[in-house]
Amino acid sequence: MPRITYVEYGGREHRVEVPLGLSVMRGAVDNNIPGIDADCGGECACATCHVYIDQEWLGVTGTPVPGSQEASMLSFAALAQPNSRLSCQIKVSEALDGLVVRLPEGQH
Amino acid sequence: MTAPLDAPADLDVANLALDDFDVSDPKLYQDDTWYPYFARLRREAPVHYCRQSLYGPYWSLTKYKDIMQVEVNHQVYSSASELGGIAVEDQPKDMDRPSFIRMDPPKHDEQRMVVSPVVAPGNLANMEGVIRERTARVLDGLPRGETFDWVDRVSVELTTMMLATLFDYPFEDRRQLTYWSDVAIANVRSPDAPVHSEEEKFAELTKMAEALGKLFNERAQQPPKFDLLSMLAHSEATRNMPFREFMGTLSLLIVGGNDTTRNSMTGGLMALNEHPREYQKLRDDPSLIPSMVSEVIRYVTPVIHMRRTAKEDSEVGGKEIKKGDKVVMWYVSGNRDPDAIEDPDNFIIDRPRPRQHLSFGFGIHRCVGNRLAELQLRILWEEIMQRYPVIEVMGPARRTYSNFIHGIRSLPVRIPA
Repeated sequence: MPRITYVEYGGREHRVEVPLGLSVMRGAVDNNIPGIDADCGGECACATCHVYIDQEWLGVTGTPVPGSQEASMLSFAALAQPNSRLSCQIKVSEALDGLVVRLPEGQH
Repeated sequence: MTAPLDAPADLDVANLALDDFDVSDPKLYQDDTWYPYFARLRREAPVHYCRQSLYGPYWSLTKYKDIMQVEVNHQVYSSASELGGIAVEDQPKDMDRPSFIRMDPPKHDEQRMVVSPVVAPGNLANMEGVIRERTARVLDGLPRGETFDWVDRVSVELTTMMLATLFDYPFEDRRQLTYWSDVAIANVRSPDAPVHSEEEKFAELTKMAEALGKLFNERAQQPPKFDLLSMLAHSEATRNMPFREFMGTLSLLIVGGNDTTRNSMTGGLMALNEHPREYQKLRDDPSLIPSMVSEVIRYVTPVIHMRRTAKEDSEVGGKEIKKGDKVVMWYVSGNRDPDAIEDPDNFIIDRPRPRQHLSFGFGIHRCVGNRLAELQLRILWEEIMQRYPVIEVMGPARRTYSNFIHGIRSLPVRIPA
């Protein structure tokens, strides 16, 4: 199973294995990793599973398609950066083995 | 909150023809008799068309997933003021008051982004101290061994203080903000409403806009500060709003900034009194407070509905919605949908996935202040549990005549001596 590292705002790291096909959001929620709220449960309808993708991984995960629902929801996330994604929209694949995502100060 | 399931009204509801259902009647919410209507709609007509109502024909969405489908599709389901806005009842055409909740992109996005930093995570951390200190002071000042009104002494007081801070409004005049909030949501047909005609409402809200407009103009001349008026006055997207849009924007920020949290503060205390086992769970383990706060917001559902207008023909739940139709998303019903939420009629403070509820809405119009609301409620309950393990509800709540805001006007309570 691909291993993903979630880094809390305070710096605490969680390295977990996430089954193929699940979302990066689900991997955090199923492992009780604090800092990802996922209020809408993965419908891309809030912005509370917001993560920052480490630079070297941006080429693999991609960035939100301009004009997409994800881009629209992210535009309201107070702490959004160019490397922001909604983790419910990233599907776990073998190519993501070793992915590092960082969590924002808070979800909003 | 929960209408008793064996209430006599249930019999009538079971025998009523579905064609005669009109869940927009504000009396259902004032009398707290809405529950059996939606239970039957969810079972028998989850997407229901009401041909005739005081507000004209409208569709009702009663299931969580159908509501979510419409929430995320703002391209088809518009919030635009020109099409009628976001409540089943249109604002009168010559008195409508636009604001970003009653707009579609791109203007909605530009204006929402002006105010959202005030309720973003970084600023919430800054505000936590002052909220806790005020909450402690208000709770310490409550009488013991005598009955008092929880709404006035706690819910209104705390949320109005918050509002005064957000606007940097003169603190001693803060109850004026509560009054304007009550005017803005008033149903003018209700005998106990603060205004009794749309003209009177417009006149009172004009006074509000003039008073706050004075402060807005002052702040425009000063360096930018981190309060709502200053942020509006210094932003390209909002510094030159037409007068009615200024009125609408202030009404939105005032109502959104206090009334919903106010009613959750009251509704939570009621829910705990109605569910003594949950109240005991909370006493035994106050670390359940964050999860309880989400459950209170679901169970209370402070906003009863939001409305959209279809911009093209579409389909929801197998029903054909025509261009121009009103579509009403009944949050009170979606939050009690057993296909989305397990055991939804029970108040369970440690339920799994408590954040999964519709009370804040979803999609681009999702409540901008949701985390501030949760913060205020969390602090309130943390401070209550340190002082008062028991607060008894002494009589029935008086509710608001409204199909939009699920308001509680008063609640007699007593803290044992």
